[in-house]
Amino acid sequence: MIALLMRDLRLAVRAGGGFGLGLAFFLIVVTLVPFGVGPEGKILARIAPGILWVGALLACLLSLDRIFALDYEDGSLDLLVTAPVPLEGVVSIKALAHWITTGLPLVVAAPVFGILLHLPQGAHVWMVISLLLGTPALSVLGTFGAALTVGLKRGGLLLSLLVLPFYVPTLIFGAELVRRGAEGMNTETPLLMLAGITAATVALVPFASAAAIRVNLR
Amino acid sequence: MSMLSVEGFAVSRGGLPVLEGLSFSLDAGHALVLRGPNGVGKTTLLRTLAGLQPALAGTVSMPPESMAYAAHSDGLKSTLTVRENLGFWASIYATSDIEPALERMNLQSLETRPAHSLSAGQKRRLGLARLLVTGRPIWVLDEPTVSLDTASVALFAEAVRGHLAGGGAALIATHIDLGLNEASVLDLTPFKAKTPEEGGMQGAFDEAFL
Repeated sequence: MIALLMRDLRLAVRAGGGFGLGLAFFLIVVTLVPFGVGPEGKILARIAPGILWVGALLACLLSLDRIFALDYEDGSLDLLVTAPVPLEGVVSIKALAHWITTGLPLVVAAPVFGILLHLPQGAHVWMVISLLLGTPALSVLGTFGAALTVGLKRGGLLLSLLVLPFYVPTLIFGAELVRRGAEGMNTETPLLMLAGITAATVALVPFASAAAIRVNLR
Repeated sequence: MSMLSVEGFAVSRGGLPVLEGLSFSLDAGHALVLRGPNGVGKTTLLRTLAGLQPALAGTVSMPPESMAYAAHSDGLKSTLTVRENLGFWASIYATSDIEPALERMNLQSLETRPAHSLSAGQKRRLGLARLLVTGRPIWVLDEPTVSLDTASVALFAEAVRGHLAGGGAALIATHIDLGLNEASVLDLTPFKAKTPEEGGMQGAFDEAFL
């Protein structure tokens, strides 16, 4: 299992791996929005939590199709399924590797990018907390979409359509948490909801993803 | 002692039955070569035995966790080196020593090369070296000698022989002569499934939509 994680991380940082792809996309979104909306700090500060969350979500979506497609193409998915490791575990590890290469850099970069969007001072810490709690759910839910579309040529569009509805609750509670935090309101409810969504997806979705892979490999 | 035995086996591809009424058994120290024209269902049979798809009918009995499967593609990561590729599979199968496998498949001189710089035959040899690090007694091999030169085929036959001598067994689908004279041959053509119109069994029709 650890070998699989190390392999995926190593693949991600080698040439053509896709590490930093999400981060670059996130940076592009965050720098372009002020040009589109105008430089007025008040408006930017108001929309910053939402923009940062949407940016993080789309950046995450960008690299989802790589989770299983590459392993499917070179045949290692077949071999992993027949190997003495539970497929649910393989899925969880793949989600973890995806999160480390995509979600974690976003969490680290968000406070810096928040400055570009005039994110209020007190909201930075909430931005980090909400992304830290929410992005694992994005990666795990993504494995389900990736598992359903594995083996499809150009399944990327279908993958986005399948996964986006599942991302909505995370987006709502994540952005709400930052907004409330910025305004000094009570943050307990969105915090608990966000944590609950993540805990539930991490616990349940790997089973669904593994089942989808088994069906797709037939 | 029979390691793998198959009774009344039927397999389907894309919801259509391709093979039926297949029974054979494989003893420790023996190899069975599957032959038959393209499309007869060799790959489907091996995938079913490997547990990648359900059988239509019949039973398979073998010890648990005893099979190593090698497909058409080798499952190599092109940006990892030969050593890293092999080491990964060794740790997945909880074995650690990859040196004998590198040596047997004549890959030592290539071990620091990334897999994308290998030739097709060298990749194939690396794919077969993966079998050696699994430590599994039953090898299920699908066209193992594709793109191998004569010397490498001999090398591969030698590896299979060594595996059989160590109490292993091998089930090999191939078109060419491996030089494994001791292996028995099973031609799959007589087991070709009848179509439903001829009174053959119905496949799981809905599978075509999955």
